[in-house]
Amino acid sequence: MMTTINAYLAAKGIYMLTLVLLALGVAGIIVCNNYMKKLICMNVMQVAVIFFFLCLGQKYPATIPVALDSAVKASEYVNPLPHGLMLTAIVVSLGTTGVGLSLLLRIREKYGTIEEDDLIRREELMNRKAKNGGNRK
Amino acid sequence: MTENIPVLIILLPLCSALLCLALTALGRNLGIIVVKLSCLASFVLSCFQLHMVVTGGTIHYAIGNYAPPFGIELVIDSLNAVLLVCFSLIGFLTMIFAENFADKKRPMLVGGACAETALLITGLLGMTSTGDVFNLYVFLEITSLSAYCLISLGGSRGVVSAFRYMLVGTIAATLYLLGIGVLYSVTGTLNMGDMREILSAGGNERAMMTAMCFLVPAFGIKMALFPFHGWQPSAYTHAEPGSRPLITGVMGKVPAIAMFRFIFCIYGTEFGFVRSFLLIIGVFSVSGMLYGSLMAMGQTDIRKVLAYSSVAQIGYISLGFAIGTPVALAGAFLHMMGHAFMKGGLFFCTGAIRYKFGTTDINEFGRIYKKMPLTCGLLTIAALSMIGIPPTAGFFSKWYLALGAAQEHEWIYIAVLVISSLLNAVYFFRLIEKVFIRHSSELKDRWQSEALELPVSIIIPIVVCFAAILGIGLFNVKLVDILLMTLEGVGL
Amino acid sequence: MTFMALEYRPLIAVLISLIASGLIYVLGEHIRPNARESITLTASILKIIAVYSMIPAVLAGKKISLELFSIVKGVSFAFNVDPAGMVFACVASTLWILTSIYSIGYMRGHGEKNQTGYYAAFAMCLCAATGLCFAANLITFFIFFEVLTVATYPLVVHYRDAEGTISGRKYLAYTLISGQIFFAGIVIVYSTAGTMDFVPGGFIKEGMIPMPWMLIVFFMMVGAGIVKAGVMPLHSWLPAAMVAPTPVSALLHAVAVVKAGAFCTLRVVLYVFGPEAAKACHGSDVLAWMAVFTIIVSSFIAMRKYNLKARLAFSTVGQLSYIVLGIAILTPYSTAGALYHIVAHAFMKITLFMAAGAIFVTTHKKDIREMVGIGTRMPVTMIAFTAASIGIAGFPFFAGFVSKANIIMGAVEMGKPVFVATLIASALLAITYLMPVVLIAFKKNVDNPEFSERGEAAYAMLIPLVITAVISIILGIAPNAGLHLFDMAVMAGNQIFTPLM
Repeated sequence: MMTTINAYLAAKGIYMLTLVLLALGVAGIIVCNNYMKKLICMNVMQVAVIFFFLCLGQKYPATIPVALDSAVKASEYVNPLPHGLMLTAIVVSLGTTGVGLSLLLRIREKYGTIEEDDLIRREELMNRKAKNGGNRK
Repeated sequence: MTENIPVLIILLPLCSALLCLALTALGRNLGIIVVKLSCLASFVLSCFQLHMVVTGGTIHYAIGNYAPPFGIELVIDSLNAVLLVCFSLIGFLTMIFAENFADKKRPMLVGGACAETALLITGLLGMTSTGDVFNLYVFLEITSLSAYCLISLGGSRGVVSAFRYMLVGTIAATLYLLGIGVLYSVTGTLNMGDMREILSAGGNERAMMTAMCFLVPAFGIKMALFPFHGWQPSAYTHAEPGSRPLITGVMGKVPAIAMFRFIFCIYGTEFGFVRSFLLIIGVFSVSGMLYGSLMAMGQTDIRKVLAYSSVAQIGYISLGFAIGTPVALAGAFLHMMGHAFMKGGLFFCTGAIRYKFGTTDINEFGRIYKKMPLTCGLLTIAALSMIGIPPTAGFFSKWYLALGAAQEHEWIYIAVLVISSLLNAVYFFRLIEKVFIRHSSELKDRWQSEALELPVSIIIPIVVCFAAILGIGLFNVKLVDILLMTLEGVGL
Repeated sequence: MTFMALEYRPLIAVLISLIASGLIYVLGEHIRPNARESITLTASILKIIAVYSMIPAVLAGKKISLELFSIVKGVSFAFNVDPAGMVFACVASTLWILTSIYSIGYMRGHGEKNQTGYYAAFAMCLCAATGLCFAANLITFFIFFEVLTVATYPLVVHYRDAEGTISGRKYLAYTLISGQIFFAGIVIVYSTAGTMDFVPGGFIKEGMIPMPWMLIVFFMMVGAGIVKAGVMPLHSWLPAAMVAPTPVSALLHAVAVVKAGAFCTLRVVLYVFGPEAAKACHGSDVLAWMAVFTIIVSSFIAMRKYNLKARLAFSTVGQLSYIVLGIAILTPYSTAGALYHIVAHAFMKITLFMAAGAIFVTTHKKDIREMVGIGTRMPVTMIAFTAASIGIAGFPFFAGFVSKANIIMGAVEMGKPVFVATLIASALLAITYLMPVVLIAFKKNVDNPEFSERGEAAYAMLIPLVITAVISIILGIAPNAGLHLFDMAVMAGNQIFTPLM
């Protein structure tokens, strides 16, 4: 019994963990009230996918994809493509985080807060003001 | 030279976007002029490419001469080619239009917005033409990031909408990445054509289903398909006014093309489970068509009305996918083109009205047709097209959708098409009523000229959209023939 | 000169109005009213020439058809001139010129605003009406049908006041809903039958669609026609649309819109479903009984209306149901009668409306009870009104008699005494609601100071209404005079039923 679970975890366990990480990230985005925290959760989610891809490329026994005299067959190397893809994904996630942070700065500048509740309250206030302004005109 | 056209179409706006800020620093208008020219060039090239595809068949272009499946490939079939022409045209029109909303005192900001718009165009054109699933992700992110920036330029409400869109959009991108990860793990390739060959051999159904579970919500979020549309109304409403026609007209359609590619070109309808997914998409579209129209009725800001109407109109497109016959798919793509011009045109009008009178509240639109006959003319035609009154584009796409549904005996879809047109009629005729009939307090004219109602750079996009809506309607058969060259092979 | 060839004439007839409409809309505000109206008049004369020039060929049984380009995959945008369409086209184009002259008199006499939009929309309606006369298949027909729906809307809301807006909404609600359902019906028919071309006698075979669905599809398609034709209980937009100026009412009631509805019913019942299928699915029976109900009830409602235009509106509701009944009886006689009633009713009802408008412009009277002795002031108008009223009631030697007699003959042939009785009863009812107007107008021994002096409306209004009144008498005495309209109606009836005989 234990051995089957162990074997399963050894083979697939890491995917379960990335899935848990992903779920945590998504849940964080939904649950957190603070926009900064939401942004961090977004990063956690992205990291989870990066892990997922890295695990896909991993295999035993194999070595890094650098030409060696001892290894000649493709099966003796780790597949480098997923890692390469993840470089792009990391860059994208960096870009997204950068845009997100600068947006947060602007939100903070304009509303003085980055708490969701406060923001919603302010927006409603602005709506009401706009409506009254329209009527007066 | 001619063999490099597919990549030039994407590269020209990209290069001009990168150069734009530097050139703006050199001379005030230099950057903007270069961007405009590049967009025009990519429109002209895409027309030429369409001609090449129609006469010579699908173009496969290997970027950097690395042969697929290892290198990145651009695949231009007849479907892509037509859509590229439409999208690059709207991109170019938006570039012309946007200059009227620029803050002349801050040239760098203007240059930045211009560069972002060009990047958005790059991303959209790239997503349309690529034949590589990971490349699609990269272009998706280019599109998204530039869209976040453009939306955030639309004032303080825009920033919040942009941030919310960013969170949701990133979830979509992550789901997409997971989906292609799963597919990659079973096929070992990222090239769409290659993937199709490997998957069609069968045996990977479970992995394919898992991937589909990630992909449908991912594209659903990006195209604002009900119930994933939450970010869309406020983002469309508060986006930067100059680039809004592009954002609203094209941005929702391109993920739909990607969805089509995955469902019909990579998976293929021979798998039983794809039909279940199509049914789910059908349910989403039907609910979206009704929900979007009902929500649009309650709005008083024209931008919000149009944004919710987009939720409904995206439903038409995905409904075509859900029906899945070549005829219905042709209807969906015809609607994609028609709606790009209709929604783009309506936002050109909204922008024109805002430019002239500074308002977007439809209750203040009383009888503006006297001062803006041309704008109101397009507004009416586009509105009629949205409802689906012949001989406008909207009617004919609806015809193919309904015909496809009838051939598949999907009576509910026909009923929903009819109901949705009528709901559209309610709020669009309310708008027409406001524009042509209602009195209201006199609006202050911000732009006065004896000869023209608006600056030429606003009139050109309006006239082109006007012609395109009628042209797509009357000559739809030509377009459908071109679309069917690709679609005959796929679908149910 | 290939463009002037016979095949292109239907296209020319349609395009003339379209171009006129565009020219008026673009130039209207920048040129003098006289120049603007001359566009309308020139176009209407050209259109009449184009339409009339096809009559000899149609009478000779020649086929005039034109396929332009494919409008949707597998179906062409095509025109086909047949006797039935020709009858309606002749009426519409003849009446366009008369209503145009009348409109000039009315709109100027009344000092109306927004005249440019009015003339442009009017020309657009005529373009659509001619288009649907000549349409060779359902999709071409539907395109013009919807254009007509939309082009009429600005006319209904012409005054741009609260009342007009509500009427406009009502009009749109009825016509757009029925139009969209018509659309769904067309799609279903096309996907089952694989064709959309109108064929005399229909192309849908019995049993093509299983039974309860057949009836549903039948009514999905006929619905659009009977809504526009004002068949009860779907009529209520028509009296509401009375808020528009009188020439618009004339257009709605006599020239284009309700007639388009009746014509749509004709095309769907006899050219799409055909007599056999229509009978097999009991659609024609239901339709006939709806028409009977409408004829009787509308007459009673008309009696209780004291607004002259409202009374005339309910009279239209009843008269249009004659046409629907004639179609639903499904015999060659009744079909010819129904088609001819399109002509007869058009000329009579337009006389009545023009007279009502002339009274309104000259004396600002709408209520019948205030018109005591108006015959002394406007004798010519009221004589024309009387002639048309008698015609509506179906007296011999008036146009209404010819059509009604044919419908009755058809009903007798089918052995339907109830329909015969209805038609005869309704003639009596028509007298009871129209004659009081005449009697009040010519009441003796009344000295109404308002009407003591003679004073007709302007000639631009008077002449058209006299002409239409005279034509409605001529057509009653010699149904074939001039345009051979009756022959064409009979030809259409025979074409449809020949395969059966």
